Amino acid sequence: MDTSLSWIKAYVPDLDVTAQEYTDAMTLSGTKVEGYKALDADLENIVVGQILKIERHPDADKLVVCQVDIGTGTPIQIVTGAPNVEEGQKIPVVLDGGHVAGGHDGKMTPGGIRIKKGKLRGVESNGMMCSIEELGQSRELFPEAPELGIYIFPDSAVVGESAIKALGLDDVVFEHEITSNRVDCYSIIGIARETAATFHKKFVPPTVTVKGSGGDVNDYIKVDVKDADLCPRYCARVVKNIKLGPSPKWMQRRLAVNGIRPINNIVDITNYVMEEYGQPMHAYDLDTIAGHQILVRRADKGEKFVTLDGQERTMDDSVLMICDGEKAIGVAGIMGGENSMITDDVKTMLFEAACFDGVNIRLSAKRIGLRTDASGKFEKGLDPNNAQAAIDRACQLVEELGAGEVVDGMVDVYTGVKEPVRVPFDADRINALLGTHISKEQMLEYLKTVELEYDERTNEIVAPTFRQDVLCLADLAEEVARFYGYDNIPTTLPKGEATTGKLPFKLRVESVARDIAEFCGFSQGMTYSFESPKVFDKLLLDKEDPIRNAITISNPLGEDFSIMRTTSLNGMLTSLAFNYNRRNKNVRLYELGNIYLAKELPLTELPDERMQFTLGMYGEGDFYTMKGVVEEFFDKIGMHKKEVYDPNAGKNFLHPGRQANIIYSGKVVGYLGELHPAVADAYEIGDRAYVAVLDLPAIVPFATFERKYEGIAKYPAVTRDISMVIPKTVLAGQIEEVIENKGGSYLESYHLFDIYEGEQIKEGYKSVAYSIVFRAKDKTLEEADVSSAMKRILKGLESLNAELRQ
Amino acid sequence: MKEKLQKIRENAIEQIQAAKNLSSLNDVRVAILGKKGELTSVLKGMKNVAPEERPKVGQLVNETREQIEKVLEEAKTKMEALLREEKLKAEVIDVTLPASKNNVGHRHPNTIALEEVERIFIGMGYEVVEGPEIEYDLYNFEKLNIPEGHPAKDEQDTFYINKEIVLRTQTSPCQARVMEQGKLPIRMISPGRVFRSDEVDATHSPSFHQIEGLVVDEHITFADLKGTLEEFAKELFGEETKTKFRPHHFPFTEPSAEVDVSCFKCGGKGCRFCKGSGWIEILGCGMVHPHVLEMCGIDPEKYTGFAFGVGLERIALLKYEIDDMRLLYENDTRFLKQF
Repeated sequence: MDTSLSWIKAYVPDLDVTAQEYTDAMTLSGTKVEGYKALDADLENIVVGQILKIERHPDADKLVVCQVDIGTGTPIQIVTGAPNVEEGQKIPVVLDGGHVAGGHDGKMTPGGIRIKKGKLRGVESNGMMCSIEELGQSRELFPEAPELGIYIFPDSAVVGESAIKALGLDDVVFEHEITSNRVDCYSIIGIARETAATFHKKFVPPTVTVKGSGGDVNDYIKVDVKDADLCPRYCARVVKNIKLGPSPKWMQRRLAVNGIRPINNIVDITNYVMEEYGQPMHAYDLDTIAGHQILVRRADKGEKFVTLDGQERTMDDSVLMICDGEKAIGVAGIMGGENSMITDDVKTMLFEAACFDGVNIRLSAKRIGLRTDASGKFEKGLDPNNAQAAIDRACQLVEELGAGEVVDGMVDVYTGVKEPVRVPFDADRINALLGTHISKEQMLEYLKTVELEYDERTNEIVAPTFRQDVLCLADLAEEVARFYGYDNIPTTLPKGEATTGKLPFKLRVESVARDIAEFCGFSQGMTYSFESPKVFDKLLLDKEDPIRNAITISNPLGEDFSIMRTTSLNGMLTSLAFNYNRRNKNVRLYELGNIYLAKELPLTELPDERMQFTLGMYGEGDFYTMKGVVEEFFDKIGMHKKEVYDPNAGKNFLHPGRQANIIYSGKVVGYLGELHPAVADAYEIGDRAYVAVLDLPAIVPFATFERKYEGIAKYPAVTRDISMVIPKTVLAGQIEEVIENKGGSYLESYHLFDIYEGEQIKEGYKSVAYSIVFRAKDKTLEEADVSSAMKRILKGLESLNAELRQ
Repeated sequence: MKEKLQKIRENAIEQIQAAKNLSSLNDVRVAILGKKGELTSVLKGMKNVAPEERPKVGQLVNETREQIEKVLEEAKTKMEALLREEKLKAEVIDVTLPASKNNVGHRHPNTIALEEVERIFIGMGYEVVEGPEIEYDLYNFEKLNIPEGHPAKDEQDTFYINKEIVLRTQTSPCQARVMEQGKLPIRMISPGRVFRSDEVDATHSPSFHQIEGLVVDEHITFADLKGTLEEFAKELFGEETKTKFRPHHFPFTEPSAEVDVSCFKCGGKGCRFCKGSGWIEILGCGMVHPHVLEMCGIDPEKYTGFAFGVGLERIALLKYEIDDMRLLYENDTRFLKQF
């Protein structure tokens, strides 16, 4: 909501503040000022001048030499190329050293352009006559300005006075951010009321009186509101003997400053009242209204209607229409119809000031694809009691401007009259909520400045209907706090029972995941929770793969963001691809983010949100690097049992020979592998990439941060190395299973120290060597202890077709 | 005999001094003190000495031996020190050659900011609570005083799965969920991902993060809210930070406020960073609306509370001067490495 300082001052005459003071104080009292613009910021030293004499320039056909009276007694000489100057005209003149805002092409120069005296083709020129564009304005807002050339003042302008003032540019426009609960502040009057309260000045709203010209409005128009649920109030007044013409300069200026283009007196009045009272109005040519009757009803489904912008629009049956005896003449609260609009030969006019259901207007505007200033106001939900004030104000302006004769009376269809809300007042509880000690009298004073009156008899505050946000004591507390000043409220810390700060166990596990990933060189990424359904094909998933059962967003930002992810892989691969594309080397990323698995589709209850710890990398490192990260993580969260890796993971998107499910305590807790080359191609990753996905909900139950010291071994260990030739198909995991199961209670550890395939080893076999360590906690092991364990191990290995090498 | 020993000693010392290295030193030792050494052979020749002379000669031999050993030891120590010195000299490295690093990974700026915030509030006795990202309309809106038809529910901002289920537009539904559990007093923060239907650009993302805070107890005041958030701002942005509370509107709090902090770049003087105002908006807050308490089963006559919501990206962007929000979701390692 933009408002000029001069318009606010019209209702707060004693206001005397700078733009910055206004900004600061209003922001602290709740009407946030986002910024302001002084209209004359880039204008300086510009006066009203009068052209006394025009002569041809001796050396230039397109230039003339003017003698200009600037009120100093001594005329100055100005050379101009403007085509429209004539002797006797009053014009804006920027004097030597002054500033204009821009060029006459309308292009603004921040900080303005300095004008200096000089010679034009050898003839001295001591200033410049200005076009409206050079003054930083446009013909849109100053329609009287000529298309090309110098702005011409009316004769009433006083030579020598400030041209900035004469044009009303000695003003500041504030941009306010109005919160949605303060519908009343989407109007100059509303903001002025807040301004008066903020600066403790008197608020003087317009005094509205309509003289009238006799007659009876009921003889001119009948109104029938069929769908009162969408139209709680409809006010209509009639103006006859219309005299269309331009509105006065003061009205044009106020509208212009608020960014509204002046058109004619009637249109300008409706716009003026919309700004002033926040109540949109509409003017119909009464002679186009068939049967001189208005019917407010819902549209028929598919009803077609041409709005006054000339567009044909299709309605549905929830859009409210204004109709006459035969046809629709307007879309309620959004835009009038071409068929009833005011034209130059209008004689009698119908003013409409109605109150429509805000939600319906908002949805209708969206449905028919037409959002207007009017619908923007209506959709906030207007006060029906404001409609009458506004229509009377419009009629008053018609009379003041001599734009027509107002017929006596108003047609008013008002169902369910809105009454003021009464809120029980309790100063102690307000203080208890705010943590203040403000006296009751002080509170009542604050409330009174914004017309929240105290009823002593009932101990209630009466909230006028325009304050639809005041409903309970907390609302009164806010009003008190605003005017007491939020800064004046003390600062304390909550007292009462102490509580322990806690990070839940799951988040502690996630924190370790981050630490480990980072120690291992992975940086944390974040990707979107929604993606394209096309990713399933990109990942080569089977048509029947349950991962395809994704939750769909009903109003996505396009197909690429239309489903909730059921795998974290696409985000990771997209990020790796992004890095690959940027030629980043040795990239390692991890992400902690949810996937969303529906329990059933379509969704009837909330889905299972599963936190995935996803790792991805390309460049240095291989499958076993990734495996190492997984095991470091498990180790750090107290999962010390041996992980099992099942190569039959069945992941189509991974290399068929380089993938595994990670099994812990018999449960699949994740998978890892090398990316399938076809998938790598699809993502345009030109290097071998490795991923691991750990399903944290499956892992967290195994995690523990309990630790127990088990002592440091006192007795010596005995180490035995074994070397064997074994079929290639036998996995190291199977050998280790044998060592683990047969090693007995003295088995402490084992590790693979050599693996070899190729020459010297027969076809289809590999050579594998392990070092096995035995130790007892309570004695030095004897040969017999170790050799019996070794015998069992060797026997077990023979069943895997291992040939022991000596 | 005496002369003989004297000669052996002088000869030995001469040889020791002439020795060039440890092994020639050892040769000297063997040649003189070894089993077949000169001195040893003197001892062996004792049988030719008169018995009464023997103790005296023995003593002389031992003295000579000790003297030679001493000189030998000194020479050895000296030589070893010399050798070590030479070795150290030969082992000089270029300490300015590049370090061999472990290439530790980097945390996402959002997470760094989140951990800061969590640390501050956990220290003040707050529990961290999580809530679902796909949420019932009931919790995201209705229980927060945002009824059907409210502009905040507008489809333009909210991603809907269906009429009842939405992608949460804020972390505030966690307030309702925690209050409903009815365990009082409540001091919690709830960080998490939220969604709004905004096209991706430098300042918007359809998915971002918020941190919700909620305190409910008897006698909680607006002054407590101010004090808590002032403390928070000082911890997060530095002890010098000032806060400014401006009236605002949120459906689920009343009174409500927006909080600005004094610009931590210019200290409030006004700079490009704070657009000349000296202040930077960081969060929204207010006293929990009595209707919300009531809808969540808490007696508003007995209990009051405050709530606040911080945009995590906003904090991260501000703290680390990141000028484009898209960077946070591209995961370019050249970006991530800077944190």
